Amino acid sequence: MGLEQKTGNLGVVTTSLEQVVNWARTNSMWPMLFGLACCAIEMMAAQAPAYDMSRFGMELMRASPRQSDLMIVAGRVSRKMAPVLRQLYDQMPDPKWVIAMGDCASCGGVFNNYAIVQGVDEVVPVDVYVAGCPPRPEGLIHGVMTLHEKVKREKLKDWA
Amino acid sequence: MIKGLLTTLREMFQQPVTIQYPEVKRPVRTRFKGRHVLKRYENGLEKCIGCSLCAAACPADAIFVESAENTDEERYSPGERYASTYEINMLRCIFCGFCEDACPTEAIVLGDNYELSFTDRHQSIYTKDMLLEPVPPGGKPTPQNTEPGKYTRSVPVMQDPQD
Repeated sequence: MGLEQKTGNLGVVTTSLEQVVNWARTNSMWPMLFGLACCAIEMMAAQAPAYDMSRFGMELMRASPRQSDLMIVAGRVSRKMAPVLRQLYDQMPDPKWVIAMGDCASCGGVFNNYAIVQGVDEVVPVDVYVAGCPPRPEGLIHGVMTLHEKVKREKLKDWA
Repeated sequence: MIKGLLTTLREMFQQPVTIQYPEVKRPVRTRFKGRHVLKRYENGLEKCIGCSLCAAACPADAIFVESAENTDEERYSPGERYASTYEINMLRCIFCGFCEDACPTEAIVLGDNYELSFTDRHQSIYTKDMLLEPVPPGGKPTPQNTEPGKYTRSVPVMQDPQD
């Protein structure tokens, strides 16, 4: 971005800008509709009225990667699905985040075999891992809040 | 049409069903399987005897146990051996409860905590210190200095299981 180089040492301006942008990013983070297996059921439950995720600004799951900021990899990723996952990730506009939901997406879980990718961090950079098989909707929301904490700590000089 | 609008009107005055999760938490069921807890006896000794049966039963190979010998001067658990290292990888664990079933001393119990999310894989490995429950009131922390010949039996006499 180069804003810091242009403005020089304007600590107050840049930190408050940082806070404003991070606040905006955490409070409207649209996830991508990317359910692969049983974890997707819990992801749907997290969007349903009981654990309404739109309280966190996740109004709706976007089916298009070009309109989404957050990819929740919900379920096991087979070797055949891995290039698709990477392509969808590449199509998402920056800034983008990834949550590996559940054991299978995080590290393969029980599926320690040749057909399943042993953790999606082989393919895409993962920000938050959520444990559970599948995680409860609360578990997913806890993961989302962990991600929010991480995004709030992001620095201006790392944006570029 | 009025009937349909009346339904809308009635719904307007009903309480929303949303659970405000981070502030309000829905209590879990009695047999819910969450994060593991390593139990202690009432005198503070650990129930785990380091037999590795949980690690053998684990379908996801999430548990790692290493055992060491107890002595009467430094006693962690009744019987001969105790778990010197006990690690569970929460990202591997599928919370099936097989470890609970396999345990001969009911040392490992799946608890109520489901808030498990990590920004790094290394955080997901829970060590023995994180899994052990605190010392109950009246008990002493391990290692304890015990009199010889008191704790010879590692597996206690069991009662019927309870929830």
